[in-house]
Amino acid sequence: MNYNWNWGIFWEMNPEGSGTYLTLLLMGLRWTLATAALAAIIALTFGAIVGVIRTLPARWAVLAGDAWVEFFRNIPLLVQLFLWYFVVPELLPKAAGLWLKTLPNSSFWTGAIGIGLFMSSRVAEQVKAGIRSLPRGQAMAGTALGLTTAQTYRYVILPMAFRIILPPLTSELLNTVKNTSVALTIGLMELTARTRAMQEYSFQVFEAFTAATLIYLALNASLTFLMRRLEKAVAVPGYVAGK
Amino acid sequence: MPTTQPAMIELAAVSKWYTPQFQVLKDCTTSVSKGEVVVVCGPSGSGKSTLIKCVNALEPFQAGTIRVDGVNLSDPGTNLPKLRSRIGMVFQHFELFPHLRITENLCLAQEKVLGRSRDEAMTKGMALLERVGLKDHALKYPGQLSGGQQQRVAIARALAMDPIAMLFDEPTSALDPEMITEVLDVMVELAREGMTMMVVTHEMGFARKVAHRVIFMDHGEIIEDRAKDEFFSSPRSDRAQLFLSKILSH
Repeated sequence: MNYNWNWGIFWEMNPEGSGTYLTLLLMGLRWTLATAALAAIIALTFGAIVGVIRTLPARWAVLAGDAWVEFFRNIPLLVQLFLWYFVVPELLPKAAGLWLKTLPNSSFWTGAIGIGLFMSSRVAEQVKAGIRSLPRGQAMAGTALGLTTAQTYRYVILPMAFRIILPPLTSELLNTVKNTSVALTIGLMELTARTRAMQEYSFQVFEAFTAATLIYLALNASLTFLMRRLEKAVAVPGYVAGK
Repeated sequence: MPTTQPAMIELAAVSKWYTPQFQVLKDCTTSVSKGEVVVVCGPSGSGKSTLIKCVNALEPFQAGTIRVDGVNLSDPGTNLPKLRSRIGMVFQHFELFPHLRITENLCLAQEKVLGRSRDEAMTKGMALLERVGLKDHALKYPGQLSGGQQQRVAIARALAMDPIAMLFDEPTSALDPEMITEVLDVMVELAREGMTMMVVTHEMGFARKVAHRVIFMDHGEIIEDRAKDEFFSSPRSDRAQLFLSKILSH
């Protein structure tokens, strides 16, 4: 293989005029972070609501929650992003569709919301599992004390359920970060897209993707570290799971 | 005493089905007067836990009526959370909230349901902790206490709501033998103070000591419902005799 290694490429100017190639990658990282943050907030919010709904006694609520989860987890993420970005604006009334298409940073909003909703189905599945893993007597004890269903969830069920699912939630958070790369297909110039741009401008494919690999790795390793800290901080003294 | 007082808990022909084929409670009728201590016993699977959970509507039932302090549970206008807050319940597995300190376990419902201030709730909670002998453990978490200690906290948590009656669902069944006494002592004291109590238990020593009446259940039916002395000296049914001979033989 005839390849000219050039690790100094990161300090060379990119042809876009936005600074060095490193700047190019960091601009991508900013979109990756913003997309992951918004997607994670959406995933957690909707995942928690839908997960709780699926454990309620009302049958219609459970059905609605199940439908949500099945819809968002059974269609590939790539197809979902295409649906939101290319198909939905065409189905809307003309003015609304036009507004969507001309929205500034529309690929960011579509990407973040699309990935967030996709991930919400997985979070919902875990929230439900976490709630189900608690002894049935816990909810009964809350109810017997006169707490309403909402209060029982708020003060008794969810604080323990979320502690129990923190480790798998960490995985979902990392998946959310990684899935932001799919948004390059709808034109979001996030880290992977910027890496490909660097490759096309400079032909330094190995350097570009080594950098991207290390940045993703460092980002997710930091998140894992923070989540472990959180797990320790909220650990319940004397509590042994499954007891 | 039982007959002169008004009924605090009244069950009339209560029936419950898990499936159309499987009936767990069959026409259960009984009552508990104010200040009365009633022990419910019977073999496992006889429906006694289900029956006691129906009394504060933790379990739904399909036929019959239950009235607590005159309030019909099945009446759509009944505010169930409010009614439940007036009935203390103690569970087999304690069901303290593991992520909350003992004090927080005691204060939660006092504040959220009764609307007491933190100070008021703490004063009440600490007094009850002292009463069950656990004042020194106030700032611990449930997982740091023994089973017997946790159950005493659970009793204190129920008492903190100033209940008009207390329900106990096999309160000592999950405990190591050496911890049973400390829980029973608290319950005996409570009974002697005149608390209205309905107790599902196999502890016949407790029944002999403080119960006014004993209900014997089998296959979802109330087989015997009699004054304590009559029940122990001359149980009428063969099934109750067999049950007593089995659990009293040691």
